[in-house]
Parts: sequence; C-alpha cells; structure tokens
Amino acid sequence: MGYTLVYLSAMILIPIAGLFLKSFHISWHEFIRLITDPRAIAAYRLTTLASLLSALINAVFGTLLAWILVRYEFFGKRFLDALVDFPFALPTAVGGLTIASLFSPHGWLGQFLVPLGIKGSYTPLAVVIALTFVGLPFAVRTLQPVLETLEVDVEEVAATLGSSRLRTFLQIIAPTLFPTILTGFALSFARAVGEYGSVAFVSGNYPYRTEIVPSLIVYQLEQHNYEAATAIAAVLMVVSFIILAGINWLETWTRRFNQ
Amino acid sequence: MAGSVKHKFSKRQSVSRRGAEEPPLVKWILIFIGVSFAMVFLLLPLLSVFVSAFSAGLGYFIEALTTHDSRSAISLTLLIALITVPLNVIFGLAASWAIAKFEFRGKAFLITLIDLPFAISPVVSGLVFILLFGLQGYFGQWLDDHDIKIVFAAPGMVLATLFVTFPFVARELIPIMQAGGREQEEAALTLGASPWQMIWYVTLPSIKWGLLYGVILCNARAMGEFGAVSVLSGHIRGETETMSLRVQSLYEDGGTSETAAFAIAALLALLALFTLIFKTYVEWKSARNHLIAEHSEISKHLSEPAS
Repeated sequence: MGYTLVYLSAMILIPIAGLFLKSFHISWHEFIRLITDPRAIAAYRLTTLASLLSALINAVFGTLLAWILVRYEFFGKRFLDALVDFPFALPTAVGGLTIASLFSPHGWLGQFLVPLGIKGSYTPLAVVIALTFVGLPFAVRTLQPVLETLEVDVEEVAATLGSSRLRTFLQIIAPTLFPTILTGFALSFARAVGEYGSVAFVSGNYPYRTEIVPSLIVYQLEQHNYEAATAIAAVLMVVSFIILAGINWLETWTRRFNQ
Repeated sequence: MAGSVKHKFSKRQSVSRRGAEEPPLVKWILIFIGVSFAMVFLLLPLLSVFVSAFSAGLGYFIEALTTHDSRSAISLTLLIALITVPLNVIFGLAASWAIAKFEFRGKAFLITLIDLPFAISPVVSGLVFILLFGLQGYFGQWLDDHDIKIVFAAPGMVLATLFVTFPFVARELIPIMQAGGREQEEAALTLGASPWQMIWYVTLPSIKWGLLYGVILCNARAMGEFGAVSVLSGHIRGETETMSLRVQSLYEDGGTSETAAFAIAALLALLALFTLIFKTYVEWKSARNHLIAEHSEISKHLSEPAS
C-alpha cells in the first residue's frame, strides 16, 4: 500500500518538479526577459481578461440556470439539466470546432451577427465565447446542490413579515448564495485560464491579439524554444497553484458559512 | 432519519405556499432567458456538429471515417483509453482506499496532489513530459541511446493522458469510501472473510456506482483530450494522431476536409452524448438506491417502538 502511494506521488510530483528544476537552469536574468517578453505580456493580458469575463458571464447565467432548474417546473427541464454537463463531456476540440463554425460569417449564428459587427471567430470575443462554453458546467453544478438544500422557510418568514420578493432575494437569498457563486466563478475561471483545445480553433492564434498563454507555450515548443516555453509554463503553473489555493480557501469558507 | 423525513414534508408543503415564489411573469422571464442561453451555448453546438457532419451525405460521412488516417486515429484513441482507464481505476482505488481507511502523515498533501492535474493547463501537462523524456530532457539522452521513443510517439501520449485523467476515479471514490467507514469491512474480516472476499463482497458493491461514474468521466476525458496529447504527438498523420488531433488537422486543411473534420467530431460528440446519458442513468440509479435504503431504514425505525 505504501509502495502504491509513493508511486502515485511520483507519477504526479516528478513531472511538476521537473518543470521547476528545468526553469532553474535558466539564468534569473534570462528568465525575467523570457516571461516579460511583450508577446507573453499580451498573452497574459488576454488570458486574464477573457477568463475573468467568461467566468463573470458564467456566474450570472450559471446562477440563473441553477435557479430555474431547482425552483421551477417547466417542459424540458430534465433535458436541460442533463445538457448542462455537455461542455464537460464534449472533447474540447469538438467544442472549438462547432463554436468556430457557428460564428463564422456563413455559420448559423455568424450570418446574423457578422453584419451587425459582432465577429465571433478569430477575435478576442471568440476566445471569451469558447471559454464561457467550457466553464459553464462548473458554475451551475457548484451552486445547484446548495440551492437545493436552501430552506424555503426563511423566505416565507420574510414574506409573512411583509418583505417584498425582490427584497427577500437581495437581502436573504443572495447573501446566502454569494460564497458558493464565488466558488463557481473561481472554478470556471481556473478552467478558463488553462483551456487550450477549444480556443485553438476559434481564436486563429494571432500574436498580440488573440493568442492566449497556452497557445503561446505551444508556439514556442513548435519553434523549439524550449527555454521560453518552460519559463512561460512555470508562470502559468504558479498562477494555477495560486488559483487552486484560493479555491480551497473559498470552499472551506463556504462550508463554514453554510453551516 | 426522522428529521430528514420531516424536512422533506415541510419542503413539499412550502412550495405551494405564496410569498416564497416569484410573480409568474418574473418566473417565466427567468426561464425564458435561461433556456435561450442554454439553446445558444449548449444545444446549438450539439446540433450543428451532426448537421455539418451529414451535410455532404451519409456516403461522405462514412468515407471520411474509413480513410486510412481516420481509422488509425480512431484505433489510437481507443488504444490510449484502453491503457489509461484501467490503470487509473487501479490507481484511483488504491489512492482512495488509503485516504479513506488509514491515517497517515501527509494525507492532506496527497489529496491536494490528486487534484493537481485538474488545476494545471493541459498544455503544461504535456510540456512536463517533454522536459522529462525529450532529447533536451532529463532522461532524453538515455532513452535515445537505448532507442526508446516516448516523446512525439504513442507512449508519450499515453503518459500525458494518464496524467490528465488521473483525478477522475479517485475523486469520485474518496467521499464514498470515507462515508462508508471501516465497520462493515472489519465485520467481514472477523467473520472469517479473506481480504479478497472482503474487497469483492463488501467494498466493491458499496462503491459500485461511484466507481462507474468515475470510469465514464475518465474515459470521456481520455478519448477527448486535446492539449496535452497535442504537445506530445508530433502530429504525424496516420501514426500519432488521435481523433481530436485529426479533427484539428482536417479543419486546418479547409475545403471539403472541413466536413470530414465534422464527421470525426460527430463521433466524438456521440461519445459525449453516451457519457451524458450514462451519467444521468447512474445518478438516477444511485439516487433510487439511496431512497430505497432510506425507506427501509425509516420503516425499520417506525416498526421498532411497536415491537
């Protein structure tokens, strides 16, 4: 048993340690130069902004979807409930391919949107759309169980005491759900930061404009710039660790908050 | 148990009560917005895959799937899943078993470690294996001397997939095993069961649905992984392309190849649909089992004072 555990740790730890060891081989000066390259900075900026925006969209619509799935009865509800997991089950390449074709100038949505000036392929907007798609299940599925266990009694008391429904929602329901919505937001953001497959199809990977950090790493690898790829990957991994720590902290806080 | 029954009753009654519901107009506006959003972001992509795949007719669809390169992509994808899923089932069982049933130092660290592949970008997951086994990597020279090819070949792609799909089974099993406790297994052992009998008759049945759930999620990811596999593949057509990678290379070819890309994509979407249906079934089944268990517990509870 102990042997298995050691083996498991090795399977995960060695590759990660390898990345950091490799980046220590690069001199400090060179490392800084590689990770502050203007093209890398542009990629950090796009990844951060697009991920934040998509996580925000998912927090809003994910909350709405979780709400209608838990509180209301309507035709096709069970189907919708199952459909929410679709982006999670679908290979990212397929997600990217379909979004690219839907929003292309001749696509189902693009033919209406492109004349309006909304270009959903090969633009930063396309990146946001793809990231929203892949992150949606995380926002809905985090909130749903909490919403299911929410006591309706409290809302009734508020209504009996003369509170309007809107006021009950804003002052009682929203504050209770807020930590969980924030966790869903963070999970969706974390997924978006690392996402590559779907974006590779829709963004066109134009340097400085639609290139996200994972695409830049792939580009550097293809150019055999292993040092640059390693340095940028180290930055991305540190950011992922920070987000993971943040999510763990949020989950602990939410659990305490919900009790 | 009695508490939870009471809770269910009060919940059912309160749903019909006024005051805790939105006005019908607000309710239907919310449903309308939610459903429209889901249509655009979830249903439309799903439909468009199949419509595009068959846009050039069934004949072309079949032709696109049976070219040499496509067949090789399909078999490589199946091969990768066939290796990684069983291995991750074993790892997942061992890890969750150890975490749930034993106390040891560094347990919290191990749990975090299991989650790590989820947190890391797939591209970075692929890159770390290049740094280990590539020519410039730590073991690269040795591997090259012994003529073992890992990077830009199938073994590397298997390793990367193993890494990114690692958490699925373990994550599903840990909470179930923790909730199960050790009493039943200890009872089995005291009654003279061998450790294997205990695992087969006591442990496995209790985690059956969770394990299945983890396996289908793990399989879906193993077959659909793109980023990590892309980095390690070397993109040799007919050799080191999985289905996901084949979708990309066909899409980049443009023209009629795009329809072929959709044909492969449709096959992968079918896998996703299968995963969803299976997942819904498992959830329904385990929820029902849970209800039955609860029910028998309740009737036991009710009959006890009488006897």
